[in-house]
Amino acid sequence: MILSLFCSLAALMVAAFVLGRRRAVAVVSGDVRSLHSRPAYYGHWVALWAGLPGLLLVLVWVAVEPSLARWQVLAHAGPAVTELSTERVELFVHDAEALAAGEVVSRQSTPELRAAAERVAQVRSEGRQGLAAVVLSVASGGLLWARRRIHPQLRARNGVERAVRGLLAASSGIAILVTIGIVLSLIFEASRFFGLVPLNEFLFGLEWSPQTAIRTDQVGSSGSFGAIPVFAGTLLITAIAMAVAVPVGLLSAIYLSDYASARARAVVKPLLEILAGIPTVVYGFFAALSVGPVIRAFGERMGWDVSSESALAAGLVMGVMIIPFVSSLSDDVINAVPQSLREASLGLGATPSETIRQVVLPAALPGIVSAILLAVSRAIGETMIVVMAAGLAANLTANPFEAVTTVTVQVVTLLVGDQEFDSAKTLAAFALGLTLFLVTLVLNVIAMAVVRRYREQYD
Amino acid sequence: MTDRLLPTDESAARHLAKRHAAERRFRSYGASAVGAALVVLVALLGSILWRGLPAFTSHEVRLEIHFDADLLDPRGSGDLEVLGRGDYGRLVKLALRAKFDQVTGRRERRALSALVSSGAAFELRERVLAEPGLVGTTRLFFLPLSDDADLFFKGGVDVSTREADRRLSDAQISWLRVLEAEGRIESRISRRFFISGDSREPELAGIRGALVGSLWTLLITLLLSFPTGVAAAIYMEEFAPKNRLTDFIEVNINNLAAVPSIVFGLLGLAVLLNFFGMPRSAPLVGGTVLALMTLPTVIITSRSAIRAVPPSVREAALGIGASSLQVVSHHVLPLALPGILTGTIIGMARALGETAPLLMIGMVAFIVDVPSGPTSPATVLPVQIFLWADAPERAFLAKTSAAILVLLAFLVAMNLVAVLLRNRFERRW
Repeated sequence: MILSLFCSLAALMVAAFVLGRRRAVAVVSGDVRSLHSRPAYYGHWVALWAGLPGLLLVLVWVAVEPSLARWQVLAHAGPAVTELSTERVELFVHDAEALAAGEVVSRQSTPELRAAAERVAQVRSEGRQGLAAVVLSVASGGLLWARRRIHPQLRARNGVERAVRGLLAASSGIAILVTIGIVLSLIFEASRFFGLVPLNEFLFGLEWSPQTAIRTDQVGSSGSFGAIPVFAGTLLITAIAMAVAVPVGLLSAIYLSDYASARARAVVKPLLEILAGIPTVVYGFFAALSVGPVIRAFGERMGWDVSSESALAAGLVMGVMIIPFVSSLSDDVINAVPQSLREASLGLGATPSETIRQVVLPAALPGIVSAILLAVSRAIGETMIVVMAAGLAANLTANPFEAVTTVTVQVVTLLVGDQEFDSAKTLAAFALGLTLFLVTLVLNVIAMAVVRRYREQYD
Repeated sequence: MTDRLLPTDESAARHLAKRHAAERRFRSYGASAVGAALVVLVALLGSILWRGLPAFTSHEVRLEIHFDADLLDPRGSGDLEVLGRGDYGRLVKLALRAKFDQVTGRRERRALSALVSSGAAFELRERVLAEPGLVGTTRLFFLPLSDDADLFFKGGVDVSTREADRRLSDAQISWLRVLEAEGRIESRISRRFFISGDSREPELAGIRGALVGSLWTLLITLLLSFPTGVAAAIYMEEFAPKNRLTDFIEVNINNLAAVPSIVFGLLGLAVLLNFFGMPRSAPLVGGTVLALMTLPTVIITSRSAIRAVPPSVREAALGIGASSLQVVSHHVLPLALPGILTGTIIGMARALGETAPLLMIGMVAFIVDVPSGPTSPATVLPVQIFLWADAPERAFLAKTSAAILVLLAFLVAMNLVAVLLRNRFERRW
């Protein structure tokens, strides 16, 4: 319905372009030099007048429709619904909407629900028919009005350019909208979670078992949401990953920029970048099915007790994934150190490695630090490797051979396959997501600040 | 040379030798770091290639199938609806029993028919529905073996282990050997892998559904992120005034580029699904989430491509009377387009390999049908890999690796296009 409305609107705009252009040429009886703008601009101008108001109306309707439907449902619902708790009412409205859209609803469909669904469907179909009528008449009205206003002095080009510039500015505003959307949705859902579980317990609690039992008299019926073990597991795996990625990435960046021949660099650098292009799900598969068993077999031979989902396997593979990230970022900053510094040091008799360690690296340090911080933020937010290769149970341990869980693993396991939206279990995922977002944000901001603050200016 | 300078000073010479040793050590550290990274790359790709290649072929058995009219169409009506309801599984069982008529017990017979995939019946049904004249005749057909039998011929079954420890019994293995000795077993390129959707049976599972889902998702991503990204980049580079708001937008874009992908999944779940009520598991939602995720990449690469166009081009156009928008649309944009497209393709390649945010919006459902549009339930290639990697059947291991190979092939192709585009059209000023 909405789609066909868009299509007819687009067709109308094409027609408006042709009519406007023709009209402009006709107004000056073919002598286009006496027009203020080129004829095509008059076409565009009429098309914009025909299309933009209608488009805005459609967008407004799409934004308003759910709340209109909701208002209709609640206005006609009996006391059986309105006296429910707020969350139940939410659920009722949600189910009615789903039923109206023809989806399968998990709950039993009661007569009230069916009536509500019919009302939603009615709002939708009637509203959309009305919308189509209004939009199409506004569009044709705009077309006719704009076409009549065409005269040689009309500054069509300026009008069109103003509209296009507005469109460009609006596009760049989307980045802000996305950020606001992320922050608001995370904060909103997380605050619902903190209404159920106190912030203190979440931040400092030592036990994480979000699986709530169905009956209240069962063991562990309440679930506990102390996230320390989850944070600790994330840190353990991140530390292992950095222990792999930082030395290997940094040393290969140094080798490639200061030792390798141009030909070797031309071959090796793209090869390292392949590592960055491999999807994380592939690394996860590799960690779970190749690295995990190898580590386990090695541990058994040495007589150690190694879990098949050890933190070591996930951390090592994650480290490999981050190598190109560290190496390409540090390669940039190492190359940015001016050649004259190296030459001065070599001229004093230092060996190349002494030059690198005592001149190049200190000069490049802010950049390297920020690269490492960005890599840490990458590792913390990485999901698929740990989902496939790390454990689910939250163990508070520093032993890399044991299975630990991470923030991202918990977010995925809490949300996949579960549709109920008022339990602490699903809301906990948003609290974890908010923590993840804040931590990575802070790391990124620090990384950028370090570069800005300590960057040496070489002329 | 330097050690000649102070020939008498023993300690200086020793010190110098030490420093040179340190130099060699340091250099070897660097070389071994590069070497280690390359070894891991080779191990990763090698292990996937080695595991995945067998999945592109599958073993099939040639059997004489008698399309018994009494079983399929007892009244001889020729009605397609009646034919569609026929018991084709029984045809396969009868053909196998005719081959091994000494097998009599119920359990043995069941073990015998377990050698052929349950999908064989569906294939026979399709054949008969396409050609009803087959009823009453006997024809030779290649039918897919079950995953365990297929694995046996690929050398995946260790015959020396105890019978109870393997999925194939001694009797089943001897039957398979008989069939092989008669030349009835053939290894063929597995077309099924490319033309069918997901399935619980490894020998029937294919990636077509996931591929089509990926294409729909990527199409939505491209349609949303390319125009908005380029428009935003043009505004930021050419029109934005230098003020706080512009700085804020810039910081925002840079931060969004570093937000973990799973957070975008949470955004999609909370806003697109729960607030706007868009359908779960649909490429429309997945594509939108991935578009938001790739938007910063597209903006950043487009901006640098636009910035690379020299100011003299703009000044020349302005000088002959073009308006600022004409400068952009007639001169700057065409010159920057190769760079913009390269960046977009790289962003799309990343979106194609992305899994985590799609898990959040329900694209992990088990979906057999090939999706028919952007709102029908679908899964995508990386999620399919994730699902298969979790499946308990051993044959899915090869399928997973094969799906990874297909995914990597797509990524390599996209990156090649990007590199070619860059080399062919990039201009240095």
